[in-house]
Amino acid sequence: MWDYTDKVKEYFFDPKNAGVLEEANAVGEVGAIACGDALKLMLSIDPETETITAAKFQTFGCGSAIASSSALTEIIIGKTLDEALKITNQDIADFLGGLPPEKMHCSVMGYEALQAAVAHYRGEEWADDHEEGALVCKCFGIDAAMIERTIRSNELTTLEQVTNYTKAGGGCMTCFETLEEILAKTNAAMVDEGLIAVKEAYSSGSTDVLALKKKSREDKIRARERASAASAPIQISGLQLKPDEPDPAPAKRPVMTTLQKVKLVEKAIENIRPFLKADGGDCELVDVDGDAVYVKLSGACVGCQMASHTISGVRQKLVDATGMPLRVVPVS
Amino acid sequence: MKHVYLDNNATTRVDPQVVSAMLPFFTEQFGNASSMHAFGAEVSGAIKSARKSIQALIGAEHDYEIVFTSGGTESDNTAILSALEAMPGRDEIITTAVEHPALLQLCDYLEKSRGIHVHVIPVDTHGRLDIAAYKAALSPKTAIVSIMWANNETGTIFPVVELAELAKEAGALFHTDAVQAVGKIPIDLKSTQIDMLSISGHKLNAPKGIGVLYVRRGTRFRSLLKGGHQERGRRAGTENTPAIVGLGKAAELALAHMDVENTRVRELRDRLEKGLLQRIPNCFVTGDPYSRLPNTCNIAFEFIEGEGMLLLLNREGIACSSGSACASGSLEPSHVMRAMNIPYTAAHGALRFSLSRDNTDEDVDRVLDALPKIVEKLRALSPFWAGAGEAPKTFNPVYA
Repeated sequence: MWDYTDKVKEYFFDPKNAGVLEEANAVGEVGAIACGDALKLMLSIDPETETITAAKFQTFGCGSAIASSSALTEIIIGKTLDEALKITNQDIADFLGGLPPEKMHCSVMGYEALQAAVAHYRGEEWADDHEEGALVCKCFGIDAAMIERTIRSNELTTLEQVTNYTKAGGGCMTCFETLEEILAKTNAAMVDEGLIAVKEAYSSGSTDVLALKKKSREDKIRARERASAASAPIQISGLQLKPDEPDPAPAKRPVMTTLQKVKLVEKAIENIRPFLKADGGDCELVDVDGDAVYVKLSGACVGCQMASHTISGVRQKLVDATGMPLRVVPVS
Repeated sequence: MKHVYLDNNATTRVDPQVVSAMLPFFTEQFGNASSMHAFGAEVSGAIKSARKSIQALIGAEHDYEIVFTSGGTESDNTAILSALEAMPGRDEIITTAVEHPALLQLCDYLEKSRGIHVHVIPVDTHGRLDIAAYKAALSPKTAIVSIMWANNETGTIFPVVELAELAKEAGALFHTDAVQAVGKIPIDLKSTQIDMLSISGHKLNAPKGIGVLYVRRGTRFRSLLKGGHQERGRRAGTENTPAIVGLGKAAELALAHMDVENTRVRELRDRLEKGLLQRIPNCFVTGDPYSRLPNTCNIAFEFIEGEGMLLLLNREGIACSSGSACASGSLEPSHVMRAMNIPYTAAHGALRFSLSRDNTDEDVDRVLDALPKIVEKLRALSPFWAGAGEAPKTFNPVYA
């Protein structure tokens, strides 16, 4: 029996905004019946303000697929298209108080339906390269296709790198043999294609997994020590953050020059980096434009399921440091 | 609210009489059957009488053909691995596309790790075995044929008696996973050529963790577990006496209720099935309607997904199961539905109702009352549904 939250049950048993929206001027259809889920999202968008005035859905799928679809409509009604497009699948899952890792794809389907509906409204083509593989890491909900893609695009050749880049295997580790198998197989194919040298390719069983586990534990302890040594107490570990918290009221906003603002942002980001590095990730400031702070996440943050938490955490930290309602925009 | 339990192919309630039979073997008759004292003697007597009850239920010629194991999965694994070791010069397996994972995953493993050739015999849209393909696969290389007696999802019964005769002609061993059939339909092994048969205790009102592998006298056999002389050297490990006694009692009860199973339970199942087909449009029975277990009914409801139905039924206190992908954690719908080539639009919406002698007319009424509304509710949410009788609207998801 799946461990669904009360919110998921509530949105499944009494879904809000279910049915056909006759006046819809944007429709997004995604899913695959072979996988047992499909979603038709219908939006009514005010052309003047580009605000979503109504949203309805029809879903073929399990309880959490229906709940995710309903949650999505609740989240986006009243938002402008630009605001709505910033919503991630993690936001949908968070709205529902979390989803079992095997069911995270339900929230992804919601995210994709929204992207498709907006593309339809704007007359754009929306093609997704979405390809779902077998779920490998149950702690972080990472599937085989994603792991293989990441191995290829980053030319990964060690188990440690795979965990750092995808987060897979970073939890209970019961999947590490599967990770080894995927890594060895993908590396072997990459050797055949001339992408990496034979001696670089990973061979299964060559990692001392116990040592790896010990090392990751030690890294975490060191990071914690560094954290307590740092002057300002920072809470950046994803789980402690509340990504949906509204911006603090801009009551006493100091008047600042752009240079001052950039310097403050820079300093705040420098303070955050050690904590991201401790988890195998990193973050660098790319640009500041108005209230938008563009950052580039790298290392383990790339493709990490918790990345949106991290972004929210970074934003919270920047807002605290500058006293300004900044937005953090990840760029690649 | 009284719960309506219609998932007896998943597991059954331990019969209270079985529990009473077991209890003394925890605290009073706790001896080790191998011990040379009174404690051991009374226990080995109890095991012997349990063996005789199971012998009677499956019509085995000798009681020593019954080997107690930890359950169906161990029995299946033992049968296959034994045959591969014990049949010189033969290294191929024949099985079917609709077997339980206890067999299919083992075969898959043997194929990958040992290069064993596995012939997987397909079934037609009604779940009936392709006999011609089976005959063609049999050869002097066949070590063992393993074909289930009855399918757990659809209840379809395979003609294992005839299939075993064909295997014998080819000199191969014949094993059948009969965990769903034993106790539901009459079985008389002594009049067949079946060499090995698996039983699972918890499918017939005995506890979990106990099972049987029937091994016909004179069958070439190698034990799976090493380390003890128990079960005449065929299954090492101190006997699980309370569970063995429980299984013996359950076998006795199953034999006594065999008529009830095939009359009253069958009538309840038929009333449930007909009632649902009448009340709900766009649904159909899967499996072979003419050769089916009396307690099982699998209905595919088009354009909706099984897990949603299970959750809503559960809220009404009704328990059954689904072959849908989302209820199992994988992305594919049940391999049995796929093997029967049931379209995806229906395979995900397949529900299995499996009854027992504990069920009543009231239970059937509860389902007949609740399910039509549930199906209607979910179909109203489905983008594929366009009303009863009509073809579904065109709906082309981007990456379908």
